[in-house]
Amino acid sequence: MGRKERFESWLNGERDPYLGKVEMKPQKERLLPRTLLKKYKKDHEEAVAQVYDMTNNRQIKYFEKAYRILGVLGCCLFITIMILTVSYLPPIGVADKPVNNEVPQRYIEDGLQETGAVNIVTGMILDYRAFDTFGESNVLFVATITVLILLRALPGHGGGKGKEEADTAKEEARQEANDRIYEPKNDVILQRVAFFLVPMIIIFGIYVILNGHLSPGGGFSGGAIIGSGLILYLNAFGFSKTERLFTEKTYKGVCFCALTFYCFAKSYSFFTGANHLESGIPLGTPGAILSSGLILPLNICVGLVVACTMYTFYVMFRKGGF
Amino acid sequence: MTVFECLLLVFLVMCAISVTLSKNLLNSIIIYMSYSLVMSIIWIILESPDLAITEAAVGAGVTSVLFFVTLKKIHAIEREDSDKESSGQQKGGE
Repeated sequence: MGRKERFESWLNGERDPYLGKVEMKPQKERLLPRTLLKKYKKDHEEAVAQVYDMTNNRQIKYFEKAYRILGVLGCCLFITIMILTVSYLPPIGVADKPVNNEVPQRYIEDGLQETGAVNIVTGMILDYRAFDTFGESNVLFVATITVLILLRALPGHGGGKGKEEADTAKEEARQEANDRIYEPKNDVILQRVAFFLVPMIIIFGIYVILNGHLSPGGGFSGGAIIGSGLILYLNAFGFSKTERLFTEKTYKGVCFCALTFYCFAKSYSFFTGANHLESGIPLGTPGAILSSGLILPLNICVGLVVACTMYTFYVMFRKGGF
Repeated sequence: MTVFECLLLVFLVMCAISVTLSKNLLNSIIIYMSYSLVMSIIWIILESPDLAITEAAVGAGVTSVLFFVTLKKIHAIEREDSDKESSGQQKGGE
């Protein structure tokens, strides 16, 4: 047995590398005389009846009362602590509170010159703290993979099964996971509403992404809006329409390209910044769409990843795969 | 604090309490949706429109939809349908 085959059999759960082939021997059924069985059954029923006798069981009564009282007390305690904490916070708009140090001062005063973004929040999250946002996008990607592991409708891949059997098992798993078959399809009201709303939602999402450095919003919120639009479209028109433009391949390609581009672009800009080199990326005039250097492409990357992730989450939950 | 803000905050607290007290999971999710919507208005009042957009899209949109699908997956909505059929009362559809 080659190394690869052994690894595969271990991956399929057929073989433990230390113990050899995993095998279960059928055991003999243990037979008891009928009277003894009856007695056991009666004992069991009596025990169950005594334990779950709510009116006479003192322990359960006390426990339920104590549970409620302690629950309310715990909530009250938590609320008190939180409100006390809030009351110790410095009031809004005071000049000498501890958060007003040189960091936000620099962001606010020099942010426009250094990043070229009119919206300082975007300038912060995609320029000064771009690696945080990169981590965020990666977290979303990893979350999708985890959901995929948990919810994918696995084709039956038992070792000794023939191909036909595997196919039927796969089909059954698909049917089981695909709960859309029980729903009314082609709902006219939903389709009419979606017909008008979906383009607007998606265009609004694109606007929020592209204007991330000028107005409130940015990659994450715009991506979430586009994702919701896609989900609405999927609900109204079914999988056959969306699969024309969005499949597993699209998801993989888009996420991989966006994350890789983000990584390289930001690595380059951090490298040049740390070594005091000219990055060669023009900042443009503040306020124009094509300005603020890398922020616009990074926004688009984050938006793509988020939109794909939201849509993929939904598809996973509905169908267990693409 | 204006009257409007007070109203919103009171509504927020009421929503938060009624989410936990509601027996029906579907109702809880819908209340949670309205909670997110009001929260996004409060974010605008607190002068952070970025968060408001995200809260409206993620909190009220995607998260609730995922909750609905999860309820469907664990067969928590089906019981509702059979209730409707047996008692003959027509509540609002999904």
